[in-house]
Amino acid sequence: MADLWLQFILTIDATLRVATPLILCAMAGIFSERSGIIDISLEGKMLMSAFAAGAVAAVSGSPWLGLGAAILVSLSASLLHGFACITHRGNQVISGLAINILASGLTVTLGIAFFAQGGQTPLLSKGQRFTPMELPAADWLGQNIPILGQLYKEIISGHNILVWVSLLAVLVTYHIVFKTTFGLRLRAVGEKPEAVDSAGISVTMMRYQAVLIAGILCGIAGAYLSIATGAGFVREMTAGKGYIALAAMIFGKWKPWPALLACLMFGFLEALAARVQGVSLPVVGELSTDLILAAPYVMTVILLAGFIGRADPPKAIGEPYIKER
Amino acid sequence: MTQNQLPRWVDIGLLPLINILAAFIVAGIIIALVGENPFEALAVMVKGAFVYKGSLGYTLYYTTNFIFTGLAVAVAFHAMLFNIGGEGQAAMGGLGVGLIALWLGPILHPLFVVILAIAAAAAFGAIWGAIPGYLQAKRGSHIVITTIMFNFIAASILVWLLAGMLIAPGQMSPETSRFEEGVSLMKIHELANYFGWKMARSPLNLSFVIALLSCLGVWVLIWRTRLGYVIRATGFSPKASIYAGHQPARIIILAMAISGALAGMMALNEVLGVHERVILNFTAGYGFTGIAVALMGRNHPVGIIFASLLFGALYQGGAELDFEFQTITREMVLMIQGLIILFSGALAYMFTPWLARFFVRAEGQNG
Repeated sequence: MADLWLQFILTIDATLRVATPLILCAMAGIFSERSGIIDISLEGKMLMSAFAAGAVAAVSGSPWLGLGAAILVSLSASLLHGFACITHRGNQVISGLAINILASGLTVTLGIAFFAQGGQTPLLSKGQRFTPMELPAADWLGQNIPILGQLYKEIISGHNILVWVSLLAVLVTYHIVFKTTFGLRLRAVGEKPEAVDSAGISVTMMRYQAVLIAGILCGIAGAYLSIATGAGFVREMTAGKGYIALAAMIFGKWKPWPALLACLMFGFLEALAARVQGVSLPVVGELSTDLILAAPYVMTVILLAGFIGRADPPKAIGEPYIKER
Repeated sequence: MTQNQLPRWVDIGLLPLINILAAFIVAGIIIALVGENPFEALAVMVKGAFVYKGSLGYTLYYTTNFIFTGLAVAVAFHAMLFNIGGEGQAAMGGLGVGLIALWLGPILHPLFVVILAIAAAAAFGAIWGAIPGYLQAKRGSHIVITTIMFNFIAASILVWLLAGMLIAPGQMSPETSRFEEGVSLMKIHELANYFGWKMARSPLNLSFVIALLSCLGVWVLIWRTRLGYVIRATGFSPKASIYAGHQPARIIILAMAISGALAGMMALNEVLGVHERVILNFTAGYGFTGIAVALMGRNHPVGIIFASLLFGALYQGGAELDFEFQTITREMVLMIQGLIILFSGALAYMFTPWLARFFVRAEGQNG
């Protein structure tokens, strides 16, 4: 029993670690899409910033500079997305796709040119990364207090700072989007831009601000992958996480708290998939890791099809705003 | 609005060229920043794609993939649907080929097996395209998101089957056993040798011919049949289409099925033409490249052939970069591809106002 409890706690701990980049990207997606800009480039922005973080942390030796570089690179990708979709009223899906493919090519090309390690960045030492923070007395409590002590040691303690940043991001996103004037305008711009325009607020400015905030969040997510959980950038290290985050955002119906739950659920499935390999259960038999990993996508399709509740996107999403003259 | 002021040849000829040029200039700047000579890189790529012995065959082999996926995206585009699920539809097409070849291969004559496998590639792709079409038409789920999800679901199904039920006995890597002798599409160089014409070895096979026939088929479908007219009308204005007595929902599903079938047939080239077994990740991003191809080719079969040739040359020439340079590799091509999608897709009309101003002034001087 105690063993099962420990297994459970470890799975939850892994869930939190897997879910962190999903949470950050899902919040990024909420900002962008609530303003009416489809953002399938979460994946590409995260990949670019993971590379920037890995490269700068390796050269400078400071994870904070790495994080800064990650955010800057992701912001410039966001600006490009904004330039194409807002200024030039280009197709938002195509722009996002271009950024994703560009990210795949650019990170490997620059990685080989800078470090000559087949597209990776150099392995980072402890001081160059965001390492787990052991909270006070975690070891002692974990060994001496059976249930709650283990919970404290494994789940609360031992995470790097970006895990906490991601949870904070949910709180901040909720506050900004639903409790501030800016958030009200943001939502209005995604639902009925003409109304916002006639109130004398610039739709263009609102949307640029939204995609830039999304850029910051994706930058943190990228840095998390390469310099917090990972010890350097590896090619294609985002491995579709940006798309899972997109799915989680839709699953959360473009709302921060439900999106957080969706991220945790998808993260749990991934953590579970890593643990059930080869485990045989009664009735269902051996569980397939590959099929568990596909579950988030299947669930999102079912939700979008309206078979479990409804997920309605912001009304003006995907449509460039043309100011009437 | 502004693009209508341009002469037609500028809109369909010059503008795409300017957009590609912009992409190549940015790529060239990046190559220069990395410390290599962009013109040398270009020369290596051109030689690698067209000059070396057998290189043209390789270029056309890649071209085949892009024609199929480009046509797939284009057909959906005509109905104003954005099918970015080419990757998944091609994967399912490959599964269809594999199932037929492994199941019927030992029983039937290879010729029948090949014909059935071609049908299976199209049918599996069509189903994988029609489901998102149905969900869009009847349940209102956004086709872009659904097709993205279907790409991942198809990939998972393929991994699951290739590592489990379909894995070749005694094999460690996730792939099926090799198909029976003769269950494949003939290589073009073998065919040429048969008729006494010397040709260098390359993976180019009969699916290239099928691809060209598909181009003709798509042209006839879209511009010469009632269905094609209705597809375009539905894409142009779904509401008007209802008044005209069409059923947009049916058309959306049908257009996505045709689109999926074309993407699924990409598997003919890789699975039936080259590998003669189903391997993991044989789609290798060709489905996504189809979007760039359709954008550049302006959704017209002729444009798509040219765009596919360009991408075929980029892929084959890009492979050559690995041998000739220390710092630049074939991933460079992925970067160029991203830039092309950016310039000829998302920023398609960035240069339009300039061009319009130029031509208006030119006309003013003439008149």
